[in-house]
Amino acid sequence: MPSSVLRTTATTGLPPPSRISWAWVGVVPFFVFALMFLILPTSFLAIGAFQDAAGRLTLQNVLDLFQPTILASYAISLKVSGASAIGGALLGFFLAYAAIAGGLPQWVRPTLLTFSGVASNFAGVPLAFAFLATLGRTGLVTAFLIQAFGFNLYRAGFNLLSFWGLALTYMYFQIPLMVLIMAPAIDGLRREWREAAQNLGASAWEYWRYVALPVLWPSLLGTTLLLFANAFGAIATAYALTGSSLNIVTILLYAQIRGDVLHNQNLGYALALGMILITGLSNTAYIGLRGRAERWLR
Amino acid sequence: MKRKMPGGWLVLLLGALYFLVPLLGTFEFSLRYRREGYSVEAYRIVLADPRFQATFGYSTILALCTIVVGVLLVVPTAYWIQLKLPKLRPLVEFVTLLPLVIPAIVLVFGYLRMYNSSSWIPLTGSERTTDLLLTCSYVALALPYMYRAVDTGLRAIDVRTLTEAAQSLGASWATILARVILPNVRVAVLSGAFLTFAIVIGEFTMASLLDRPAFGPYLQLIGANRAYEPSALAIITFAITWACMGLIQLSGRRAGGPPPVGAR
Repeated sequence: MPSSVLRTTATTGLPPPSRISWAWVGVVPFFVFALMFLILPTSFLAIGAFQDAAGRLTLQNVLDLFQPTILASYAISLKVSGASAIGGALLGFFLAYAAIAGGLPQWVRPTLLTFSGVASNFAGVPLAFAFLATLGRTGLVTAFLIQAFGFNLYRAGFNLLSFWGLALTYMYFQIPLMVLIMAPAIDGLRREWREAAQNLGASAWEYWRYVALPVLWPSLLGTTLLLFANAFGAIATAYALTGSSLNIVTILLYAQIRGDVLHNQNLGYALALGMILITGLSNTAYIGLRGRAERWLR
Repeated sequence: MKRKMPGGWLVLLLGALYFLVPLLGTFEFSLRYRREGYSVEAYRIVLADPRFQATFGYSTILALCTIVVGVLLVVPTAYWIQLKLPKLRPLVEFVTLLPLVIPAIVLVFGYLRMYNSSSWIPLTGSERTTDLLLTCSYVALALPYMYRAVDTGLRAIDVRTLTEAAQSLGASWATILARVILPNVRVAVLSGAFLTFAIVIGEFTMASLLDRPAFGPYLQLIGANRAYEPSALAIITFAITWACMGLIQLSGRRAGGPPPVGAR
């Protein structure tokens, strides 16, 4: 790679040490920004989570997280994020695979990728409007099913303002995100591998079991975790869709910031800390798995 | 690999249904304002609403400020890292990924506690300084996308030779950045800028908690109180997102960068 060669000659051929010692000044604005708007605000909450109202160290806030209402809101958030991540990952993968390697016409792939770029950004409040207009009580699909088949979705137990409704709505940005991230990984599956496997007498199942999946699983699992974190931190869609009837953890935190509904500022910090831990862990795993996945991509 | 995947068309059809039906449903709903038949009344009402114009204008200006601040922050940093401090690259990349790790609502919670009116830096004290804080929080939100786009752009050009050529002609650092480096990563900067615009224009959480009259909180307000206007707004927002992504594609297919993801 020419750029790495350039960089090594650059490091050896640098001017005398007196100039290197001033080079760090160039990145000061960036790190000041990072401190002020990323690191310190988060640290402030993390420290506050271990303090009581008078500023003394305590574990009480973290212990207080284990009360039924807060546990329930974490649980529903984990369920919605998990369901939308797994559903989004499966459908997104099949969709990407069908468009890239499924023998469909040439135009399918660029169309799908462009649309995915748009749809993965079509989130937040407008997405909630779209699903209300489609699957709400008077939505297009709800009305169509009643008129055409006499089938009432809502009598059958479906409710858009519920766990499944929210998971279904989140998949509108989860599936395209999966498509966008998995497309390069599917491109990385070389045709020669399948041909070699077939020449050696492998069935389609054996090809997937011993060749394709071992190559793809870090991307698959990693991206699923990214989708999970993506849904876990989301609020706007859920808030516009359900108001506060579905108490996911971001909506609880929103209410806490607005009006201290937990009646304990420091408990609010602990709530935020719990969220950072969950999104942090799944993102760290994603970054680690992405490193593994890139071994197979040129 | 001439083998056709058996369910290829079926998967594509199901995907198309899932993605197109909500758009169709929203569009159909937005036309139902009058009982007697389809009309564009909902769009007319929305576009004529002074609050729509005010909040949309506010968010547009904020998005432009975010882009300017983001470019001023990211381009010199990425350039300097590439030229002088390659060892810091992993650290800087890690920092730029932080906004994906820390949910936006947690970040803004931290800002509200750190920059409240009785703190050392009382940014939430007045409207103008809150606008500044909101701009900075959007710069933080867009940082992963802006940095990746610019970094990919910089890797594609020969930064060192360009710099040395400019230096030997007597250019200052500011001149090098503004007149040599920036024009060469124009495509990358543009794609980062359109993505930033798409993220900022409808952002709800931060604007709402910082209590600024942005487009996102307006959307939420209309959604809670009106029947047909929200659908019209959803269609308008979808068109804006589509335009931003289209402009990214137009401004350069080779710009690279991570997959575009908005703020939820």
